Amino acid sequence: MVKQEKASANRPDNTAFTQQRLPAWQPMLSAGIVIPGFVLIGLAFIGIGVALFVTSRGIQVLEIDYTGVEQNSPCFPCTDQNRKNCVCDVNFSIDTLFQGPVFFYYGLSNYFQNYRKYGVSKDDYQLSGDLSYFKAPSSTCSPYEYDKNNKPIVPCGSVANSMFNDTFKLFQIVNGAKKQVSLDGKGIAWWTDYNIKYRNPSVTPLKNAFNGTVKPLFWSKPAYELDLSDPANNGFINQDFLVWMRRAALPNFRKLYRRITDGDYAQGLPAGNYTLEVSYNYPVLSFGGRKKVVFSNVSWMGGKNEFLGIAYLVIGSMCVFMSIVMLIVYAKFKFPEED
Amino acid sequence: DIRLLCACTCLGGDERRVDSRTIYVGHRSGSPNEAIIPPKFCDNRIVSSKYTVWNFLPKNLFEQFRRIANFYFLIIFLVQVRTVDTPTSPVTSGLPLFFVITVTAIKQGYEDWLRHKADNEVNKYPVTVLEDGRRIRKESEKIKVGDVVEVEEDETFPCDLILLQSSRDDDTCFVTTASLDGESNHKVRCTALLDLESLNATIECEQPQPDLYKFVGRMHIYTNNQEPAVRSLGPENLLLKGATLKNTQKICGVAVYTGMETKMALNYQGKSQKRSAVEKSINAFLLVYLCILVSKALVCTTLKYVWQSKPGQDEPWYNEKTQREKDTNLVSMFTDFLSFMVLFNFIIPVSMYVTVEMQKFLGSFFITWDKDFFDPEIKEGALVNTSDLNEELGQVEYVFTDKTGTLTQNNMEFIECCIDGFQYKYRDASSELDGFCVTDGPVNKLQQKAGREREELFLRALCLCHTVQVKESTEQKVVPPPEEQRGFIASSPDEVALVKGAMRYGFTFLGLESKTMKILNRNNDVEMYELLHVLNFDPVRRRMSVIVRSRSGDTLLFCKGADSSIFPRVRQEEVERIRMHVERNATEGYRTLCVAYKHLSAEEYAQADKGLREARLALQDREEKLMAVYNQVETGMSLIGATAVEDRLQEEAAETMEALQGAGIKIWVLTGDKMETAKSTCYACRLFQRNTELLELTVRTLEDGGRRREERLHELLIEYHKKAVLNLNLFLCSCCRSWSSANQDYGFIIDGATLSMVLNTSSESNSSRYKNLFLQICQNCTTVLCCRMAPLQKAQIVKMVKNSKGSPITLSIGDGANDVSMILEAHVGIGIKGKEGRQAVRNSDYAIPKLKHLKKLLLAHGHLYYVRIAHLVQYFFYKNLCFILPQFLYQFFCGYSQQPLYDAAYLTMYNICFTSMPILAYSLLEQHICIEILLDNATLYREIAKNAMLRWGPFLYWTLLGVFHGLLFFFGVRYLFSNPALQDNGQVFGNWSYGTIVFTVLVFTVTLKLALDTRHWTWINHFVIWGSLAFYVFFSFFWGGIIWPFLRQQRLYFVFANMLSSVSAWLVIILLILLSLLPEILLVVFRKPRGPHARQVELKHTYTA
Repeated sequence: MVKQEKASANRPDNTAFTQQRLPAWQPMLSAGIVIPGFVLIGLAFIGIGVALFVTSRGIQVLEIDYTGVEQNSPCFPCTDQNRKNCVCDVNFSIDTLFQGPVFFYYGLSNYFQNYRKYGVSKDDYQLSGDLSYFKAPSSTCSPYEYDKNNKPIVPCGSVANSMFNDTFKLFQIVNGAKKQVSLDGKGIAWWTDYNIKYRNPSVTPLKNAFNGTVKPLFWSKPAYELDLSDPANNGFINQDFLVWMRRAALPNFRKLYRRITDGDYAQGLPAGNYTLEVSYNYPVLSFGGRKKVVFSNVSWMGGKNEFLGIAYLVIGSMCVFMSIVMLIVYAKFKFPEED
Repeated sequence: DIRLLCACTCLGGDERRVDSRTIYVGHRSGSPNEAIIPPKFCDNRIVSSKYTVWNFLPKNLFEQFRRIANFYFLIIFLVQVRTVDTPTSPVTSGLPLFFVITVTAIKQGYEDWLRHKADNEVNKYPVTVLEDGRRIRKESEKIKVGDVVEVEEDETFPCDLILLQSSRDDDTCFVTTASLDGESNHKVRCTALLDLESLNATIECEQPQPDLYKFVGRMHIYTNNQEPAVRSLGPENLLLKGATLKNTQKICGVAVYTGMETKMALNYQGKSQKRSAVEKSINAFLLVYLCILVSKALVCTTLKYVWQSKPGQDEPWYNEKTQREKDTNLVSMFTDFLSFMVLFNFIIPVSMYVTVEMQKFLGSFFITWDKDFFDPEIKEGALVNTSDLNEELGQVEYVFTDKTGTLTQNNMEFIECCIDGFQYKYRDASSELDGFCVTDGPVNKLQQKAGREREELFLRALCLCHTVQVKESTEQKVVPPPEEQRGFIASSPDEVALVKGAMRYGFTFLGLESKTMKILNRNNDVEMYELLHVLNFDPVRRRMSVIVRSRSGDTLLFCKGADSSIFPRVRQEEVERIRMHVERNATEGYRTLCVAYKHLSAEEYAQADKGLREARLALQDREEKLMAVYNQVETGMSLIGATAVEDRLQEEAAETMEALQGAGIKIWVLTGDKMETAKSTCYACRLFQRNTELLELTVRTLEDGGRRREERLHELLIEYHKKAVLNLNLFLCSCCRSWSSANQDYGFIIDGATLSMVLNTSSESNSSRYKNLFLQICQNCTTVLCCRMAPLQKAQIVKMVKNSKGSPITLSIGDGANDVSMILEAHVGIGIKGKEGRQAVRNSDYAIPKLKHLKKLLLAHGHLYYVRIAHLVQYFFYKNLCFILPQFLYQFFCGYSQQPLYDAAYLTMYNICFTSMPILAYSLLEQHICIEILLDNATLYREIAKNAMLRWGPFLYWTLLGVFHGLLFFFGVRYLFSNPALQDNGQVFGNWSYGTIVFTVLVFTVTLKLALDTRHWTWINHFVIWGSLAFYVFFSFFWGGIIWPFLRQQRLYFVFANMLSSVSAWLVIILLILLSLLPEILLVVFRKPRGPHARQVELKHTYTA
């Protein structure tokens, strides 16, 4: 500052910066640039749009609502609140081969996993395996912090408490006999969630870490017994749990349940009749929600999504159209030429 | 405020003592039998700083939170702290606020530190104080009123002193007040008394007041129980703090005003804060956005309760309320509202003020740095006193300019004179170059000569009637220096020109020594005159006189002044002979003065002397009394002749004026000068063209026709109004059909006397009507000339125009003390670093060395500043609207639960990191049209006139653009998420991925939108724009790449990286960015042929061709 004042007291510095004469690029959006630009962008967009559209069209999707609202639907009996361990069979058929690998999603609607108070109701310290938070969960977990006997709930909070607990078994009806389709529960959650963000306490057996705590009120099994078949898939790194803990963005969402990647069905589900055995536990009717299962295969762009392809096609053709309009306008009115 | 206090005591008290203060010189009581009651005065500390170390924090915070936006954010912050249950943590809005407050506090603290440093330099300066005959060294701040202070040569006075003793023989000392008013000449100050040893005196003087040139007081001197002697004290006895002692070894003075009561300190106070029109626009926009914010919060709150009232939606089993929530059900509506306010509060651009302030502060350097503003003559460039008004320079509609020193150089040259009606013109080839030459002495004879006696009388008058000093060389030479090198110093350059003119004709003024004026006459004899009285010049009387006594004992009064003030005071038969010359000279653009004299008989002189002395001693109404005596003395004189002095036009004055007129700026010349002179200057400056029809409203036109002035005024006003306003309207109607028809230009001339008649008509009803008529006429004239203006009238006119319909932006430019009032009154005040001192510069907002610099200041700097800041403001509102709109829309999809769409880090960083630098760089460097073209095409200035870029139209455009972008961002991603399985491994994305995709699109779009608007890409723009995008990407990786131990929730852990691994996310981001910007590009292309850029292209073509 003082230096500047000195400088201004004498002759000001004659630099490009102080004289506002820095060399500058002065872009001019002229028709000569914009029209070819629009054509190029338009063509590129149309290209991408076609690719997206064709890809999306190629993705097979099978959605089955099994909420059981209608009287004649197979799961209607299970909607009775008083029935425990209700199982219902949903039958469906596939006309052509369902290309593998097939992804098996469950979907909920009118379910606000993005509700703010619901969303904050968890304890990341606890979920990263910090044992001190097993004894005293964070207050954010309220009202699922402690049970009636003032024992800490692990994992605490609304999100964990409300974990989706319907389970599914898929059978192909081959000559009247049920042939189970093996479902792969690995790799359905984000790698970083499974390996870094969520950690079990380093206590063996895992069960001991949960001494003095209670399982979430809604749960039928404690966290360390979520997957009896695979000891590594328990506690906070149970993949179903991880999938659930990643909150959905919108009230109608789907979450990955299983993948059909190995065994006889690795190439896809052949045409035929199938039975989905649903162990119906998760109540949704009280708040007007629906449950569904979705079978889908995926492509490089992810799941089926027509929006992106159509949007690209529309924007692309708009660009081309606009460039034609501009060309006409410029040709007709002979605006001053530019170079 | 001392003056206020003083005024109060005046009203309340009946004693005269409250108006004056009594000072005991050397703290000794006046008469021995009277005990001193030492009066309490403030100490000699100058405090220009606002803060101390202790009160900086609270005081600065208080000042900052008086700003409405800061206060608003504080409230939001407190709401977040107080209410446990808010959607975002207090940090998210606290951090930007903290940042903004800290940056501002650092800036203000730094400025205050500079002031502290300057204060300390003054306050700790060592001074010598005489106490009981001993000399004591003290710090300057310890001086008390009544102390006798010793000051040596080239030292500045530590406080306001009454000069008691000087080391010079003639009991005077010389001072220069360059740092106070910029007058670098040496002024004489006279001692009040001599005997310092046995000094016993009191001084009674007025309470401190800021006028540098006024002081009244008297001194009672007690000697050995005699009746106290009384001496009058005036400004000539007062040594002002800040002035410097010159040509004198040392002096002693008694402190009368100290510290904050010194005239210097009083003068630096109370400069009113000017606010720019842009700031008013910002405030209006802020209100709109506040309304949007509140209505958003209201809508959400209402819908939340509507939604919750549907069965099953409130408290589904998976999301039970806590006990506390159930208990506080009643106030929950209100807390919900507050929560929504907190969630959407980012719509008010928190960092806008700090960015605007930084832009103004840094941007103003470009004015100081501009080498085009550097004047090699005075070795100075432009000066920026306030950076708040940069953009106002681009909005000027009226320029009020002073004539003398502004349009003209104030570099006077004696052209000719007229003695007894005979014209004397000095013709010499070399005189054109040097200005004067004395080698060939006698007055050239043109046709006839006046009598030699009259000639000599006239030249003696020129030699005697002035306040010019001869510049003294340091060594006292007996032989006078050669005439050519003789330097004269005077407060008015006219006087120097006259003295030099007289010298050319053989009468040389040698100097003033102890009340004796010496002149060298044609026969090389030295004539001595005793200077008895100087009747100082003042703008009301418009004349000055001296009373001298010649060797032969004759007492003579010489008077010179404006013709209008001299003619009524001389014999009428003499007038006619000279009037013709005076008027002819005036129309040629010369400044004319008439010279008169009078013999004073002994009785007459005695009477005048008594009157003058009495008036000078008066403590009350001294000015008025003096004036009365002056008027009484200056009567019955006889006219000797008149002089004509040329005042050259400033460099490029005409070009500058032409350019400003081309820019649609109306120019008013406000001058104290005569109408004829001013008119000729106007013609010379091309303000009046040959075809300009002049509408005159002066005393002369009023007196035509011999009717009462009021009637004539009324008649003329109506007539001119018909001509200028109604005809113009007619013309406007017809112009659509025939633009080619000549546009009649009108020029309007009014003088001070008529103006006061217009403004202060006796009848109330006419007053406002006349004022309206006058304004309407003026507004339809290309140029208005107001001559014979008093300084206050200048301000009055500026104020009138400023407050007229449409409140146009006014700019005043002037160089002298008489322009200060109009400089302060106008929206923008420009001072010219001219010859009439520094008062105008000190009171101005910007100071430039020459008038010609005004062109670049307005057309280039002003234009660019305005475009920059207008874009900055609009962009800020836009980017915050499309930032927060998706968050608002998200509420419809999350059960109105105040779920933030973006992570807290993004909410915090958006305004202070990701999007702040590009717009700052833009607002400092943008040149949408390059400077040369702006200078060459003054009409471009009209395109931004009337706040064109910050009116409701553009604001609506930007707001709609923000809404459009916000909708696009949100719904684009919304449709993508209808199937959240976006990765090729079938895994799904959650809500934070959703927000991150929207945010990525947002950051890229708003930055690229700015890139699209940038017409001037320097490396800094490239660096900052691409840099902040890169920083965003880098930050997102970094923020999501680490488990942050201090965070309770690792929401963004690997969200960004996962997003980038999805092809669909990439594609939607590209799609949305492009789709947002496409309409912009189309608009630019289609608008191009009409916009300024096209003209730029055209111009380029014409240049190359």
